[in-house]
Amino acid sequence: MLTLLVQNRYAVTASVLFAVGFLHVLLHPDLIRKVVAFNIMDASVFLLLASRGTVAGRAAAILTDGGADPSRYVNPIPAGLVLTGIVVSVSVSAFSLALIQRVYGVYGTTDLRRLLEAMKKRGE
Amino acid sequence: MPFVWNLPFFCIFLCMIAAILLSLGPRARLAWGVSFGVAAACALASLVFLVRIARADTAFAYTMGKFPAPFGNEIKGGPLQGLFGFVFSLVMCLCLLGGRTDFFADVDEKKTGLACVMLCMVLASLFVLTYTNDIFTAYVFIEISTIAACALVMAKDSGPTLVATVRYLFLSLLGSGMFLFGLVLLYAVTGHLLMPQLSAAVAKLAAAGERRGVLALSLGLMTAGLGVKSAMFPFHRWLPDAHGSATTASSAVLSGLVVKGYAVLLILLYVRVFTLDTVRALRVSDAVFVLGFSGMILGSVRAIGETHVKRMLAWSTVAQVGYIFMGVGLGTGAGVAAACFQILAHAFAKPLLFVSAGRLSAVSGHEKQLFALRGSARRAPLAGLGFGVGALSMVGIPLFGGFAAKAGLALGSIPDGTKTAVALGVLALSSVLNALYYLPALINVWSGAPAEASRPGRDDACSAAILLLAAGVLTLGLRFGPVMDLIVRGLALV
Repeated sequence: MLTLLVQNRYAVTASVLFAVGFLHVLLHPDLIRKVVAFNIMDASVFLLLASRGTVAGRAAAILTDGGADPSRYVNPIPAGLVLTGIVVSVSVSAFSLALIQRVYGVYGTTDLRRLLEAMKKRGE
Repeated sequence: MPFVWNLPFFCIFLCMIAAILLSLGPRARLAWGVSFGVAAACALASLVFLVRIARADTAFAYTMGKFPAPFGNEIKGGPLQGLFGFVFSLVMCLCLLGGRTDFFADVDEKKTGLACVMLCMVLASLFVLTYTNDIFTAYVFIEISTIAACALVMAKDSGPTLVATVRYLFLSLLGSGMFLFGLVLLYAVTGHLLMPQLSAAVAKLAAAGERRGVLALSLGLMTAGLGVKSAMFPFHRWLPDAHGSATTASSAVLSGLVVKGYAVLLILLYVRVFTLDTVRALRVSDAVFVLGFSGMILGSVRAIGETHVKRMLAWSTVAQVGYIFMGVGLGTGAGVAAACFQILAHAFAKPLLFVSAGRLSAVSGHEKQLFALRGSARRAPLAGLGFGVGALSMVGIPLFGGFAAKAGLALGSIPDGTKTAVALGVLALSSVLNALYYLPALINVWSGAPAEASRPGRDDACSAAILLLAAGVLTLGLRFGPVMDLIVRGLALV
């Protein structure tokens, strides 16, 4: 059991981080913390991807004078996916933060429960 | 390769170019005109493509960029994709037309251009989710579609729409997170991202009986992720607020199209990547079946209690999406074909209802409560007729698209003995429930006070949209056979 955990330590860490982020986004009422938690969730997936794409003893897939022998390099696709994922994650975070700012401007709070109370009070 | 095979790519590209140009900030009317023109051009191009590909009865992979498979990016076109592409762009065009007046009234003039950017991006992502052959590209466009859809909800920029957007956004992000995790797990065990190669690798694993747990987990996560985004029960809580509070065009686009894009991707995943046999073997289809019919019942029950017309329509979307998932959950070719037909039928009927309801509410002093709409159909008869056609289609009266979808679902459930009774029972119950809220609403808008002294101004764009959407609903109801035949042929080539 323990060997299995150690062998899959990246996958295990990623799953734990994913669960932490997931539950936080789902359950925590504060919107800013939701954004942070969403970033943790994404980072866990990037960790899993990056760990799957690594082979010990091989270099990053950048052509230097070492020649084009593919057996010397790791698979570059996971790195590309992480990069794309980061771009997506950054844009979604930016959008969420802008939206939260707008909500704060209207209701003066970033707490989802108080937000719903404020809405009820205003008869919306 | 015939030139027409380029059209799907051109459609995607046109939408994205238009979105980029629109972000330069043209005047409101010009921006609306550009996005309408783009949607119309895409509808036309998709129609030409559909006719040619259906006649050729073939499917093809289209390499994007210089890298061939298994490294590069591809889109795949076939009759089914052509059909979805055509219907999605046509309905988008009609939603824009029908919601035109409300759109200019509800959206701040300085922000109309940006709202049009989002409409173009929604159409682009719908095309990509339909045509893509690369699962990571699908993920990227799921996110693009999410942001664009959220922006469309908040386009009205009032307190309640902002809060609805916040809730929609965070649930959607959970959905994307789950999809991404499932995708990475699948990549980890197969080493591929292009669907054909993935499919071969999954088939090999499934045949050898290896990695069943990872495959099931990955499929489950991707199903749940897409389920959250298309409001599958029990992930539907965000939908009524978001779709019920947005402006008419946004509600119509979101309810009629955006939730369908994810459902189409789910069907592609099930049929092209995992194949229905594997999905059934992993028992995921059974879960989808149960969630599908739960949504059908719950959505209708909640719609009965609504007094706000747009929220009622939004709850009905939860129920109608349930039909799609029930069809997919049957796990048979016939069930999935019926789900595809339901996607098309609902893509016409729900925007028709939203556009008609928008017009009925416009002639009643912009009131959205059902009792305030009493007699409104006498002041706007065409909108009343449109509302009637949409409502009868939802209830499942023969002659309308909704009936054909239900008939397809019922027939599709027959090969599977245990699911037949459940499916037929739920279909019957849900039809009764649909009738319980659609018919009173329909009677309500037609009865009561005759036309008021101050007759409202005409809205020709809205009338044209209502006529064409109603024609779509009737066409699907009357030409059930040929459309179903096209779907079945398309599914075989997916």
